[in-house]
Amino acid sequence: MAGDTQQTGTEYIQHHLTNLTYGQHPENGWSFAHNAQEAAEMGFLAVNVDSLGWSFGLGVIFLLLFRWAAKRATTGVPSGWQNFVEMMVEFVDGVVKDSFHGRNPWIAPMALTIFVWVFLMNLMDLVPVDVIPWLMLQAGVHFQKIVPSTDPNITLGMALAVFGMIIYYSIKIKGVGGFLGELTLQPFSAKNPVVQAVFIPINLALELVGLLAKPFSLGLRLFGNMYAGEMIFILIAMMYSAGWVLGTFGGALQLGWAIFHILIITLQAFIFMVLTVVYLSMAHEDH
Amino acid sequence: MELILVAAAIMVGFGALGAAVGMGLLGGKLLEGTARQPELGPMLQGKMFLLAGLIDAIPMIGVGIGMYLIFAVYAG
Repeated sequence: MAGDTQQTGTEYIQHHLTNLTYGQHPENGWSFAHNAQEAAEMGFLAVNVDSLGWSFGLGVIFLLLFRWAAKRATTGVPSGWQNFVEMMVEFVDGVVKDSFHGRNPWIAPMALTIFVWVFLMNLMDLVPVDVIPWLMLQAGVHFQKIVPSTDPNITLGMALAVFGMIIYYSIKIKGVGGFLGELTLQPFSAKNPVVQAVFIPINLALELVGLLAKPFSLGLRLFGNMYAGEMIFILIAMMYSAGWVLGTFGGALQLGWAIFHILIITLQAFIFMVLTVVYLSMAHEDH
Repeated sequence: MELILVAAAIMVGFGALGAAVGMGLLGGKLLEGTARQPELGPMLQGKMFLLAGLIDAIPMIGVGIGMYLIFAVYAG
């Protein structure tokens, strides 16, 4: 792919797994990393331009399409697209009504955004592995990952945003005292203060683990599923170079895995949304 | 250095073991529930898919990290 004809399997996989990183390299300053090694050396001050670009682009596409549907909404005969958008909105609204027990007008639109945006990001996984990188190679971009959700920065970034919302709403609804109380007095509580004081660190340890597990599992679940799915697509794509018999068998595998992956894509986006709504609902509970 | 491969294999293997048992139980309970009350079928199926995704979570994280170990750390 990158110039030489005979390319080993691992190089092919390596090539499809390195992001387009732009950052401050110790030697050659602010530049695009030429390989994964340079990208690693850039340390914290590096930005995965491809993941950001694709995720922002998909986010803008989502906003424009849904805004276009909202603008053209007619009470008369609705167009196909308006039906689809209405169906999505009602579906998400139903889920939010079921699992969110607080009163916050902001939750349902956010849930819809998360669902559609994460779905669109995952949908990029169905694009055949070599199409976009080949096109990008013509444009001189060597390394490229088109599925933003296979980038842990993106998924953990969203998970941290949800974590921030959990903390914000917990403190806003329950007050700092309530929130800390929830952390320290939860599982074990006792009447006399001395025993209670002993229980506090134990409670704190248990509750903090639970609190931190939420964003961590939320982010890595999406990353794990999409990364494994992308990896299997890459491995299948490697079969194409192994002669006719294996190539056609690889084609059948690709079709089968893509169809199954459609379920995974929607399921993961749905789960990300439902868990976000459930976590925020727990944050809104006022004892 | 080769131990990374063994580590990745253990992660993926045990994760898959857990997920398989979990999915089997979940499927069985779904069929029991639907058999007992067929009209609840669609709702139960919806919940089953949600829980199947959740059961899949930890093993999939293991698979994701295992593959990262194999292809990025070991072959990096």
